[in-house]
Order: sequence, then C-alpha cells, then structure tokens
Amino acid sequence: MLMQNLAILVLAGFVGFAVISKVPNTLHTPLMSGTNAIHGIVVLGGFIVLGSGADGTLNKILLVVAIAFGTMNVVGGFLVTDRMLAMFKTKRTEDTPGGPAGDRDGARS
Amino acid sequence: MSWLQDETVIQSLYIVAFALFIFGLMGLTGPRTAVRGNLLAAAGMAVAVGATLLTPGLGNWWLILLGVAIGTAAGVPAARKVRMTAMPQMVALFNGVGGGAIALIAWVEFRHSNGFEHAAAYVSIASLFAALIGSVSFWGSTIAFGKLQEVLPGRPVTAGRLQQPINLVLLLGSLACGVSIAVGGQAELLMIGLLVTSAALGVLVVLPIGGADMPVVISLLNAATGLSAAAMGLALDNTALIVAGMIVGASGSILTNLMAKAMNRSIPSIVAGGFGGNGSSGGPAVAAGQRSARRTSAADAAIQLAYAHQVIIVPGYGMAVAQAQHTVRDMATALESKGVSVYYAIHPVAGRMPGHMNVLLAEADVPYDQLKEMADINGEFTHTDVTLVIGANDVTNPAARTDPGSPIYGMPILDVDHSRSVIVLKRSMNPGFAGVDNELYYHPKTSMLFGDAKSSVNELTRELKAL
Repeated sequence: MLMQNLAILVLAGFVGFAVISKVPNTLHTPLMSGTNAIHGIVVLGGFIVLGSGADGTLNKILLVVAIAFGTMNVVGGFLVTDRMLAMFKTKRTEDTPGGPAGDRDGARS
Repeated sequence: MSWLQDETVIQSLYIVAFALFIFGLMGLTGPRTAVRGNLLAAAGMAVAVGATLLTPGLGNWWLILLGVAIGTAAGVPAARKVRMTAMPQMVALFNGVGGGAIALIAWVEFRHSNGFEHAAAYVSIASLFAALIGSVSFWGSTIAFGKLQEVLPGRPVTAGRLQQPINLVLLLGSLACGVSIAVGGQAELLMIGLLVTSAALGVLVVLPIGGADMPVVISLLNAATGLSAAAMGLALDNTALIVAGMIVGASGSILTNLMAKAMNRSIPSIVAGGFGGNGSSGGPAVAAGQRSARRTSAADAAIQLAYAHQVIIVPGYGMAVAQAQHTVRDMATALESKGVSVYYAIHPVAGRMPGHMNVLLAEADVPYDQLKEMADINGEFTHTDVTLVIGANDVTNPAARTDPGSPIYGMPILDVDHSRSVIVLKRSMNPGFAGVDNELYYHPKTSMLFGDAKSSVNELTRELKAL
C-alpha cells in the first residue's frame, strides 16, 4: 500500500511539472490562486477523521475548525480565481476581429 | 444506495476528480481556457468531496456540516468582497488556512492514535511532516497577509545577527520533537512543542522578508502546503489528498522558481531573510541629499505626452493601491485618439505578485496585445519618446544594472532610463517597498509628478482632452 501510494505521489509530481511548466506570465496570479484552492482538498482529511469517529470534545473542536479552514480554502480559493479570470473573459470575446481600434467601450455597456 | 458506498465506486470517483483537476489546470495555463479550467477544477473538488462523503460508516454529520457552514460563511463573503488590489493577501490567507487545517488534522491524529502507538512508521513520519509544514505555512502566510495588508510593517523586521541561529534552533527543536514522537514518544507536550516551534519558525522566517520578495514567499508557502497535504494523504491512505497535494506542490515549486529567477534572487537567499531597508548601500543614500528631483505639472506632462509618437506606461503597486487602472486606460484612450501608440511594460514582479498588473489592466479592458512583458519591451525604450512610470519603483531602478553595492543589484529591470524622457507619478520621494533609493528620479531627463496615482492620471487625462 505504501509503495503504491508513493508511486502515485511521484507520478502526480511529474503531472504537476508537465501541466504547469508552460504558463504565460499573465496567468501566474490566477494559477497560483487556483492551485491554492486545490490544496484545500485537505478538507477531505477532516471529513474522514471526524466522520470515522473522533472522540473527545477537544478532538471534535479541532476537527470542526480544520474543516472550516479547509472549506474556506476551497470555496474562497475557487471564487477568487474565478473573479480574477472573469476579467480576461470579457476582454477575450471582444478583441477577436476588431483590433485595437474597434474595442473602445463595448464591453462595459 | 449501498452499492454507492463500495470502495471501488469511491476510488473511481476520485479518478474522475483527478482528471478534472488535471484538465482544469491545463485550462488555467491559457487565457482563453482559464475560466473553464477553474470551473473544471472546482467540479473536480465537488466530485472528490461527494465521493468522500460516501465513505461507509461516516458519522458526526452535524459537526461536519457545522465546519463546512462556518468555512463557507467566512470564505465566500471574503472572496466576493475583496478588492482586486487586495488579491495577493487573500491568496496568502486562503493558503494559510489550508496549512492550518493540515496541522490541526495531524494533531488530532496524534491524540486519536495515542501518539501513533500502533501506527506504521510511515504514518507517523508523514503526519509529523504534515504538521510541521502545515504549521509553518499557516503562521508564515498569516504574517505575509499582515504585511501585505499593512497591519504589520512591510519592511524587513529582523533580529539582526541572531536571526539565523534563532531560526536554526527553532527548526532543530521542531525536528527534535518530531523525531522523539516518531521513535515512540507519546507525551502530547511533544506534539504541542512541534506545532509551537514550527509556528514560531514560520513567523520568524517571513517577518524579515521585505515586501519585494513577498510574491516568492507566498508561492513557496503555497507549494509547501501542497506537499504537506500530500503527506497527510500518505498518512490517511487517501489518494485524493496525495494526487491533488502533490500536483500543487510541484506546480508551486515551478512558479516559485520562475519568480525568483525574474528577480535574479535565489530562493535560499530570500528565505535567509533581509532585503534592503537598512541603507546597506551607503553611496546613493548619501548622495541623495545633494541631488534634487525635477518636478512637473499635469499640464506640462500632458503636452509632453500628446506630442510623443510612442508612450510606454510602466504600472506598479502605486497604480494598484490607487485603483487607477480604469483612469489609466481612459488616459491611454485619449492618447491614442491623438495618434500616439501606447504600450504597457509589465515587469514580472511589478505589484505584489506576478501577473498582478495584468489582472488589474485586464479588469480595465486594456487590450491584451498592448501588454508587453519585460523581454519584449526592453528594446523598445530607446525609441520611445515618453515613459510614464505609474507607482512603480524598484523595477525601474538603474542601480540594479550599475551599482554592485545596491541590494537589488543584478535584478532584471525595465530599461526606462533608455527612453528620451521619463515622467514618474509618485506620492512622494519616499523609497519603495524594498527601501532602496531610486537614482532614476534624479536623472536629468526624468520629471516627477507628485500625487495619488488616480488623481494625477485624472488630471493628465483632463489636460490631454483640453489640448
């Protein structure tokens, strides 16, 4: 089991390198924010440990806080990324044919 | 319903989630596909959460729900309301709570298993690693948040000569606690000791780092949180945590490396702390007293701009804090209507994060093709009539090329001093975030337009339209 998991770990690392290595500078902040949201997956760890019967009040409190933190990481991370990216979207749709002269005030109205 | 709770179903759903994560991240690397990429990754997260909740025998539903409700109530409004300029500290904050969650889970695992009494060695080692890094990440990110939010001083705060030994002692102390737990120590004090020393380490490592290096630090902490999530996954035997955490760890490392390279700094030297701030380069600081900067007015600057053939705008953090991106765009439009060609020169670390300026200017609907990266635009400055520097400082400082004594020596900069004239919009003559004096301001072809970036640009636009 450990060896299988280690194999998955190493392969996932290579996937991370391969997927990310070519990114325009422009998208670095949204990308950082997006990957940031993905590591919020630790919230699953909180579900499993709490759900499979953590006992004791302190343990429960700690885990509820952990789940709250993890949820905040996931939900907040994806929302913030989406807000950053929404700005690229409006622009992308308009600058296809018109060129620099054509796209003055179209997007906002 | 019972077939849904089969282990195979849960694992298959995890595989679907991984595919969505990877596909989503691939989307995030291109401007056209980025929005969809983010949605796909979020969908992957939803699948992973759903699959985990199918785990047979899961209890404590109300508490799980409570945690999710609190997290949502705290995260959603924060993410919705935050202004675009405050994005970097928001990312730092969300990163920090992720690390905090990992540290807390590892702590409960320790308590739950009676100090990893019957656990395999790899479980305790992975959990301890996750706890250590998670705690460093939580406190480090909190400090980064505080610095960017200007709750804490942005300048380096150091213990001077003692800084390195103190950090080393904390790291060793934290490792010592970890090792004694791993070899069988069961006292909870050891676990608390590990969490507290690594917390202190996180605080003390980030405190001495100046604002200019902050993007690199946040990215580094992001990667670290990813790695500790992966370690937590090993301990809990959960493939979702392993895969997602490791992908973040790998991508974060690359991003960190790219940023450090753009500033010509090595990651170890950034983490080792201290960047400018204490007048380490005596020369220019002394000379600054005798030199004087030339002031200009909005009307003069507007005339200079209107009769230029080519203008390059260099935005920086000053534009971000003043929320001036829309007014800057209006000014550029006014210039273009007078036949001036306008470009924006984006330094890789302008603002507080790579891409910070791009995001702000995109918000203001600046055409994508006017944004030029450093390598593409540096040759252009020699045939540019006016370069307009809006709230950027260190990324334009010629000392990075010429003065080996300067703390930013060797950092690639925008060669704005090669253009025929330079207008700098700035609030005052105070040095920038890195605390280094900028000799560009005393150059004979530079003129300074003092004031808040937004009102200065507004005035410029008014004068331009009146011409």
